[in-house]
Amino acid sequence: MSIQTGAAWVDFASSRLARYKLFNGVNWGRFAVISVPTLWLGIFFFVPFLVVFKISLSESAIAIPPYTSLLDWDLEEAYINIKLNLGNYLYLFEDTFYLEAYLSSVKIAVISTFFTLLIGFPIAYLIARSKPSTRTLLLSLVILPFWTSFLLRVYAWMGLLKKNGIVNEFLLNIGIIEQPLTMLQTDFAVYIGIVYTYLPFMILPLYTALEKMDMTLLEAAEDLGARPSISFFLITVPMAVPGIIAGCLLVFIPAVGEFVIPALLGGSDTLMIGRVLWDEFFLNRDWPMASTVAIVMLVVLVLPIMLIRNSQGKEEGV
Amino acid sequence: MQRQSLFLKMTATLGFIFLYAPLIALIVYSFNKSKLVTVWGGWSLKWYGELFRNEQIIDAALLSLKIAFISASLAVVLGTIAGLVLSRFGNFRGKLILSGWITAPLVMPEVITGLSLLLLFVAMEGAFGWPAGRGIGTIIIAHTTFCMAYVAVVVQSRLSQLDDTLEEAAMDLGAKPASLFFLVTLPLIKPALISGWLLSFTLSLDDLVIASFVSGPGNSTLPMLIFSKVRLGVSPEVNALATIMIAVVALGVFAAILQMRRQIRLTVAANQA
Repeated sequence: MSIQTGAAWVDFASSRLARYKLFNGVNWGRFAVISVPTLWLGIFFFVPFLVVFKISLSESAIAIPPYTSLLDWDLEEAYINIKLNLGNYLYLFEDTFYLEAYLSSVKIAVISTFFTLLIGFPIAYLIARSKPSTRTLLLSLVILPFWTSFLLRVYAWMGLLKKNGIVNEFLLNIGIIEQPLTMLQTDFAVYIGIVYTYLPFMILPLYTALEKMDMTLLEAAEDLGARPSISFFLITVPMAVPGIIAGCLLVFIPAVGEFVIPALLGGSDTLMIGRVLWDEFFLNRDWPMASTVAIVMLVVLVLPIMLIRNSQGKEEGV
Repeated sequence: MQRQSLFLKMTATLGFIFLYAPLIALIVYSFNKSKLVTVWGGWSLKWYGELFRNEQIIDAALLSLKIAFISASLAVVLGTIAGLVLSRFGNFRGKLILSGWITAPLVMPEVITGLSLLLLFVAMEGAFGWPAGRGIGTIIIAHTTFCMAYVAVVVQSRLSQLDDTLEEAAMDLGAKPASLFFLVTLPLIKPALISGWLLSFTLSLDDLVIASFVSGPGNSTLPMLIFSKVRLGVSPEVNALATIMIAVVALGVFAAILQMRRQIRLTVAANQA
């Protein structure tokens, strides 16, 4: 016992973060404090995935709730019947509709992430290079739209991109086009919607990475004769890589499962998996199929999610 | 160097125009007299009047505000505990799991979170009879869960920036863990708690997808109502509503900037002295 207490003290003295360890002797308080958030997230975040997995293995039925149970038993006949239905998964891989939806979601997410990076980088760069007082103002200007409703920001683009919308009126008036363009209800509108709403998620991690950069490196490169474009690609971009990775993941992952943007801005032929899941659930009332779609989407996203956990560090969060 | 910075300024300016043009268009057209949303018919406050007479919208807004208030408050309590545990409790068994459960909700596609919570509620109701039916309660639980992850991240980053000498001093002077937390740590992380609460409040107020899954019949939140309205096309009442929401947020953010600027000036002045 005394060795343990001694070890606890050494631990306490050596680790700067071990302050709350003092009550290691009476572990209960500490244990209780740790348990509260862990239990909450366990019940309401982790267990639900197990339930989804379970229901993806059941069959759709006309009942309340609308799926069959995996287990049935009869004590008198003395049997337990476990029925795992893999049909949903087989169907998902047989029907090219789902496969196309996954591929098209990933494609749309990749392209939008690329353009978000392209637009976000100069903004983040400019903010990181400005004076501290302007920096706060510019950063707040980037964050402000993020505080306003996501749904309404997507909605704003409907009025802009409509056939008789503001963009078309403007282009017609200055004579660039003769006929109004069809922009709403196309993939193009979905790209714009994703880039627009997720831009702050790209700019913030990029800014964090660029702000930490040592400016004397650029001066040194200039003294040694490097042109600005060379030092930008050989010094600035590599230094920003952690921010680029974090930003791209923060945009890519939610974009794959996006529902609101394709529903409001996309056409009926804009296939995205979030929308497929929604329709399976709300229109077809096929809960098992919706669960299967969700499980496969999770499998697709599990690697990027693990990556974000590792790259997340402490500051990158919004 | 000069040319590069000019190019940079131009692209960044275009970027800011891209960020703000849609919001400005929304605001301008909310004052449009014409019913055809994109045809300009002169200035008018007509749609604001319509908005405040629309009981359906007012009811949904009140419901959403209530849910957001309760969820944000619960999320701050749970998220603060999670952030504190992760950054001040040293190593413990399950730390990796907890930190994974904190990060994952931040990026998880909403359709997955919504579906999985709904299926959990249905399964729980089948097994223990709780929660009986779905409605405000289940929406609050769902919102608390994803908002607490945001709060935990904000609190964690505040704690990691914080100089811990004050907490150390309190320990040396014999403060018990509980009084250490309430008298020293809590006042130090107050700004993080405020921004965590505001962030949670806005996220909850704005959520469409998760609420659609876990709400019961007859419990339409504001985003659910807006979505069903705008799905059919642009609506001038929604423009008016959006303008009010943007104005409230803008006022709040500018107040925060002014406060921050004053603080920066004070720090600069103090460093010069």
